[in-house]
Amino acid sequence: MVMYWVALLAISILIYLLLDGFDLGVGMLFGVAGSEAKRHAMLSTVAPVWDGNETWLIVTGVIMWGSFPVVYAMVMSALYIPVVVMLLGLILRGVAFEFRGKALRSRWVWDVGFVAGSFAASFMQGAMVGALVEGLQFSNGDYTGGTLGWLTAFSALCGIGLCFGYSLLGACWLVRKSDGPVRDAARSQIPPLATGVLVFLVVVFAYALAEHLPILQRWTDRPYLLVFPAIGAGAAAMLAKSILVHDDYWPFHMVALIFVAAFATLALSFWPYMIPFVITIDEAAAPHASLAFMFWGAGLVVFPLMLLYVAVGYRVFRGKAAPAADHY
Amino acid sequence: MDPTALLLSRLQFAFTISFHIIFPAFTIGLAAWLTVLEAMHQYSGKPVYRTLFAFWLKIFGVAFGMGVVSGMVMAFQFGTNWSVLSKMSGPIQGPLLSYETFTAFMLEAGFFGILIFGRPRVPPWFYLFSTAMVALGTTLSAFWIMVNNSWMQVPTGYVLQNGQFVPDDWAQIIFNRVVWVRFPHMLLASYLTGAFCVAATGAWYLLRRTYRAEAHVMLRMGLALAAVLLPVQLFIGHLVGDYVHDYQPAKFAAIETRWHDEQPASEVLIAIPDSSAESNKHAISIPVLGSIIGSMSLTSKEVGLTSFAPQDRPPVTIPFFAFRIMVGCGFVMLGLAWLGTWLGLKHRLDRSRLLLWGIFLSFPLPWIAILTGWYTAEVGRQPWTIYGVLRTADAVTPFLTASAALASLILFVAVYAFIFSFGTYYIYRLLRAGPAGLGGKPLLAPVPNRPMSLADQVPTARSYLEAGE
Repeated sequence: MVMYWVALLAISILIYLLLDGFDLGVGMLFGVAGSEAKRHAMLSTVAPVWDGNETWLIVTGVIMWGSFPVVYAMVMSALYIPVVVMLLGLILRGVAFEFRGKALRSRWVWDVGFVAGSFAASFMQGAMVGALVEGLQFSNGDYTGGTLGWLTAFSALCGIGLCFGYSLLGACWLVRKSDGPVRDAARSQIPPLATGVLVFLVVVFAYALAEHLPILQRWTDRPYLLVFPAIGAGAAAMLAKSILVHDDYWPFHMVALIFVAAFATLALSFWPYMIPFVITIDEAAAPHASLAFMFWGAGLVVFPLMLLYVAVGYRVFRGKAAPAADHY
Repeated sequence: MDPTALLLSRLQFAFTISFHIIFPAFTIGLAAWLTVLEAMHQYSGKPVYRTLFAFWLKIFGVAFGMGVVSGMVMAFQFGTNWSVLSKMSGPIQGPLLSYETFTAFMLEAGFFGILIFGRPRVPPWFYLFSTAMVALGTTLSAFWIMVNNSWMQVPTGYVLQNGQFVPDDWAQIIFNRVVWVRFPHMLLASYLTGAFCVAATGAWYLLRRTYRAEAHVMLRMGLALAAVLLPVQLFIGHLVGDYVHDYQPAKFAAIETRWHDEQPASEVLIAIPDSSAESNKHAISIPVLGSIIGSMSLTSKEVGLTSFAPQDRPPVTIPFFAFRIMVGCGFVMLGLAWLGTWLGLKHRLDRSRLLLWGIFLSFPLPWIAILTGWYTAEVGRQPWTIYGVLRTADAVTPFLTASAALASLILFVAVYAFIFSFGTYYIYRLLRAGPAGLGGKPLLAPVPNRPMSLADQVPTARSYLEAGE
């Protein structure tokens, strides 16, 4: 039962990363779109699905609360400022979808909000992961690191890294879902963004080595983890090739594969901890009565249905988005 | 625990939840109304229903967007500001919130995109199905959140183990009397909100002598629904009062401003409660009515606030006045709905401009009633977060600093005020422009880029906006 909810939590985080990742990435690239026509076309590739994408963040949050309440309480309260700023960022970018179409003179306000909100949310998500990897201070289950304890050079670096990662995913999404100048612009953004991600990975690795982050020992203990960076490298090579031959379909899938590899690496390095070296999965798990109640309804029946809604949504809006015909 | 951080966290929760409830209260009713309109259009083929659908869908979109983003805050705020609560009650509240997210949020979110953008891409039956799924999602969401809140009001079906509330009877948690009066109370409140907004818009158009056909449909449907639902709502409201009487006697005493035990008890209609003197000033009360309302008896003894230790008493002023405002709004709405329906049946509504003004100006009443109803419920349950078991002061994140809490509260207030003022302005502008849209384009015009065969296809929101941009 515990393992089922660990698996569902991991799957939900991964789905969130991939779906809201491209969504937030498009939001950040929106800032350099140049013209209203391009901005409009970019927005129409995500407008029908953003709400569903973002809901996966709530799915992640509530699975954590229901299945691992101790971890939910510890992480959310320790990461008070980044969680609040992330939420405010998501609010600003979320309302922009509805508001900018209704605005006349004030449209630029929502465009600024859309870009700034996307950056704030992406940066804070990366910084939170960074803070967890580097290690937050807890004693007896209470956070003792202070209001800004999460903010370090390393976590800031991870924040910037995730902005690059999401933007890369967003650019590949635009290549896949749009046409003409928007697609061409997005394609030309992929090499610098991919380079940014690569530089980030190298710097993070170097930093981790230099600081002797305890999580690195996982790699020597568990050499099989190296298979994921290998998959990531393979995907990166495929990405480069698909860009060179101007393919529209593969770049997104290759970057998604890189995200999957990165997430798997990180998740398996945490194992068996929920918060590294502070609390394990078994210590954090909710009582059996809670997990079983969630399992027989939400887990077994509704979770597959949720995947079905997502599939239906993406199926209805498949293919290149045609902004003039079905966006408002 | 820092008392300032506690106060700021309470203010922040009250502020964010009050802001949030405005939107679901509206969209739950509106989603159901959109489903009815779409079904009536597909059944009868009358274009007026499609026109109204397209018009209210735009308003639904804005309100739904604000509801989604402000609701997301709620799912995380338990952890950020109330870590002790979320650690202790996570085994019960977490699964309930998971059910809400899994069954409701994902359903709404999945079909919302199709509702807004998908009309040309899916067959009509599937579009109607999507509308119904969004409506179902909003209703399920209301159900699960009422289960969740009701468990905090009257905790049941649990045992306390290792500092956690461990569920031992889920059926008891979900299918108890408290849930099944409070959920209908909230659901009807949402339907009434939708009904009054629709009727008020119709009244506004009649007063401005525009969109006469649409205005009549809106007035007729809105008022008739309200006329039927309001008496039911008042009755269910009485049942909600019964649960408070039985399970939360201190809250009940606060609502009644009954300071001392009375037998038989009188009912204070209006007064100025004075907590320091433990009595009421300028009270107008009716003898024996308090016993009748509380226990349906002429002789029952009703408990007063002084029967509870001072640290277990709720504040009195807010529940007392909030409750009276809620009930007052209910009766005003009842009068408007009945009078309006009656005049509508006699075809005299157009000429009753005074009543039309009344209906037009009544649109805030359902929201005021919902907010004051919640203030009664939530302030009245203090000093408890989980009634009788966990105090609010013990539930807050123990290491939260006042400066962090203040910073987040200021940010929430600033961002919410900003988006709320623009959001309501955009909704106002859409409503003022009416079904023809901001550009005043003729309805039922042929649609470019739309080779679909729907003969009576109304231009989508896009074409209105292109005209208005």
